[in-house]
Amino acid sequence: MTPSFLIILLLALSVFGYHAGRRRALSVAGEADAPKLHSRPVYYGILTALWCGIPAMILFVFWLAFEPAIITNIVVAEFPAEIKNLQESRLNLVINDVKNLVEGNIVSSETKTWLQSAADHYKDLQVVSKAALAVIALSLAIICALVVWRKISPQLRARNHVERIFKYFLIACSTFAIFTTIGIVLSVLFEAVRFFKVIPITDFLFGLDWSPQMAIRADQVGSSGAFGAIPVFMGTLMISAIAMLVAAPLGLMAAIYLSEYADIKIRAVVKPLLEILAGIPTVVYGFFAALTVAPFIRNTGSLIGMDVSSESALAAGLVMGIMIIPFVSSLSDDVINAVPQSMRDGSYALGATNSETIKQVVIPAALPGIVGGILLAVSRAIGETMIVVMAAGLTANLTLNPLKTVTTVTVQIVTLLVGDQEFDSPKTLAAFALGLMLFIVTLVLNIIALFVVRKYREQYE
Amino acid sequence: METNESTGQKGFQTVGETKVENPRMTCRDVNVYYGDKHAIKHVGIDIGRNQVIAMIGPSGCGKSTFIRCLNRMNDTIPRCRVTGEILLDDTNIYDRDIDVVPLRAQVGMVFQKPNPFPKSIYDNVAYGPRIHGLAQNKAELDEYVETSLKRAGLWEEVKDRLDHSGTSLSGGQQQRLCIARTIAVSPEVILMDEPCSALDPIATAKIEGLIDELRTHYTIVIVTHSMQQAARVSQRTAYFHMGDLVEVGITDKVFTNPRHKLTEDYITGRFG
Ligand SMILES: Nc1ncnc2c1ncn2[C@@H]1O[C@H](COP(=O)(O)OP(=O)(O)O)[C@@H](O)[C@H]1O
Ligand SMILES: [Mg+2]
Repeated sequence: MTPSFLIILLLALSVFGYHAGRRRALSVAGEADAPKLHSRPVYYGILTALWCGIPAMILFVFWLAFEPAIITNIVVAEFPAEIKNLQESRLNLVINDVKNLVEGNIVSSETKTWLQSAADHYKDLQVVSKAALAVIALSLAIICALVVWRKISPQLRARNHVERIFKYFLIACSTFAIFTTIGIVLSVLFEAVRFFKVIPITDFLFGLDWSPQMAIRADQVGSSGAFGAIPVFMGTLMISAIAMLVAAPLGLMAAIYLSEYADIKIRAVVKPLLEILAGIPTVVYGFFAALTVAPFIRNTGSLIGMDVSSESALAAGLVMGIMIIPFVSSLSDDVINAVPQSMRDGSYALGATNSETIKQVVIPAALPGIVGGILLAVSRAIGETMIVVMAAGLTANLTLNPLKTVTTVTVQIVTLLVGDQEFDSPKTLAAFALGLMLFIVTLVLNIIALFVVRKYREQYE
Repeated sequence: METNESTGQKGFQTVGETKVENPRMTCRDVNVYYGDKHAIKHVGIDIGRNQVIAMIGPSGCGKSTFIRCLNRMNDTIPRCRVTGEILLDDTNIYDRDIDVVPLRAQVGMVFQKPNPFPKSIYDNVAYGPRIHGLAQNKAELDEYVETSLKRAGLWEEVKDRLDHSGTSLSGGQQQRLCIARTIAVSPEVILMDEPCSALDPIATAKIEGLIDELRTHYTIVIVTHSMQQAARVSQRTAYFHMGDLVEVGITDKVFTNPRHKLTEDYITGRFG
């Protein structure tokens, strides 16, 4: 029985359980001098169905999760002794061979008999396991449903039970997201710690030289394997700063125009247009930066006799700034609109003009919110990957000249991990260290931003 | 019985004394429309010098709409249109060449809900003098702030914490701060739209006392939903009903001896 068929069967059983539960509820209530049902009959149905489906489903998920590991262990236990005692990495290769045989793929070396028999055994175990799963899951479903079905009586608080089950389900959904985040953080942290065992953390944090190519042979040139993160972070900082220099004023001005000056018709057109900007895939911005803006800047630079590299920080920063404009403008628009009309009326009633009111009352009142919005935008700029991969360079220059090539944290992470890599060389692990740093920086920025925004909200409530 | 000549073109006649000697403001045939809605209908009324005039009437009758005409605050509402004539000392404030900015400094306004700016107490009061360039230097500005706060009866309570935020004050103090802020630009008329409706009785009593004192320097128009308040603070009272000005007169007379049936119903609590 295939797993998908099993699931369909379980669902069918649940539907059947629903009807059986409901019918039983009606019949027990229909008996002479039976007390009134505690809940509406549907709840008895739902309760039966849930007890029929959920335990079996949970079993199903765990079974599929642990099945491969258990079967592999059984098979390995029957390997010839000399194979069993191999190093772990070699043993893994052998296990891979077995799995490939099971899948029917061709194995590199010609097939040895013990290997073939191990594969056959593996296949048999899989069949047994599938059959066992089907039997156990189905009987679990039926038993649970029966138990609940027998317990159905007018006193059973079916609605409360069902509601509790749904509450646990909702809790499980929300914790899922949290645990995933924690899992991601832990895995990055774990790899980063491995990196810091090889490269001291102080070298990483304060080193001025970034060239992650490790020498494979001792006589190789140009492969120093230096992991100083400062040039990389400076690159990120510079590109983000350029982006914010573009996005913060433009976004803010756009928001002020939209919320204070534009009449309703213009607003109805311009606001959605700005939000469409936010929907453009960043890879498209990437083209725009690499194919349009960067050459334009280089040509303009050469016209006025300046030396601009073809992958300048300026190009990437400008385009990233354009990408972030709608982000800043829509957040600022929200906080500006949240400034109560009574504030503006108070100012107008003192004879202030529109622009005085905006400058002296609206913006100061909205400022914390605007700052929060800009901080959120900064953390987006820092984490942005696609534009810089396409438009910023790969060389880590420690420079403040925006016309030079710089590289960013995200670009380095991508280049370190793309391609065939062993996952335990410092070069690859460095990506995780960079990722961890990036995560910490954006996390701190977000926390500050959320704090600022929340404080601002309270002010008017 | 005096009638308003300008309402002759339609059915409704305002009863009572719409005219006073030497008025500070004169309204003639004022109409206000929100889009198609006719919110104020052919209203004519004088506002006397150094007097408090109370506007009463059931909610939605157009009291706020009417007093917002007096300093053109309705200009900030997109679909609002005002016709007719409102004179402030002989100049029509709806004339095309009138600038609303100095007008609103002359006719200040205090709102229903205290709305201090989220700035320091000092900056709240100094806001008006600053934008109008009234003070030449810091000392003069200090002077403006101090006199205004004193007139608003708030100086003693806040003089040691002028740098605290205006929003940190209590509701009644906030409302007096808003009054001080209005006084600071030396208006001739102060409009108050239900200034006490968000305040407790003690704070209300303070503001009422203050209004009585302010009368010596300013002309005051107050909207209130409390007839007792109107009786306590005002010299004249105007009763509005569904956009019509029904009756105007000396406060005592309006309350003890209303001449119009609608006024009588409202005052005796049979309506509203
Ligand atoms: N901004 C507005 N747009 C449209 N109609 C309005 C607006 N403000 C007030 N109105 C209408 O005008 C009438 C008078 O309102 P208002 O002057 O606020 O009454 P009051 O202050 O006496 O309670 C009401 O019917 C109200 O619905
Ligand atoms: Mg009102």
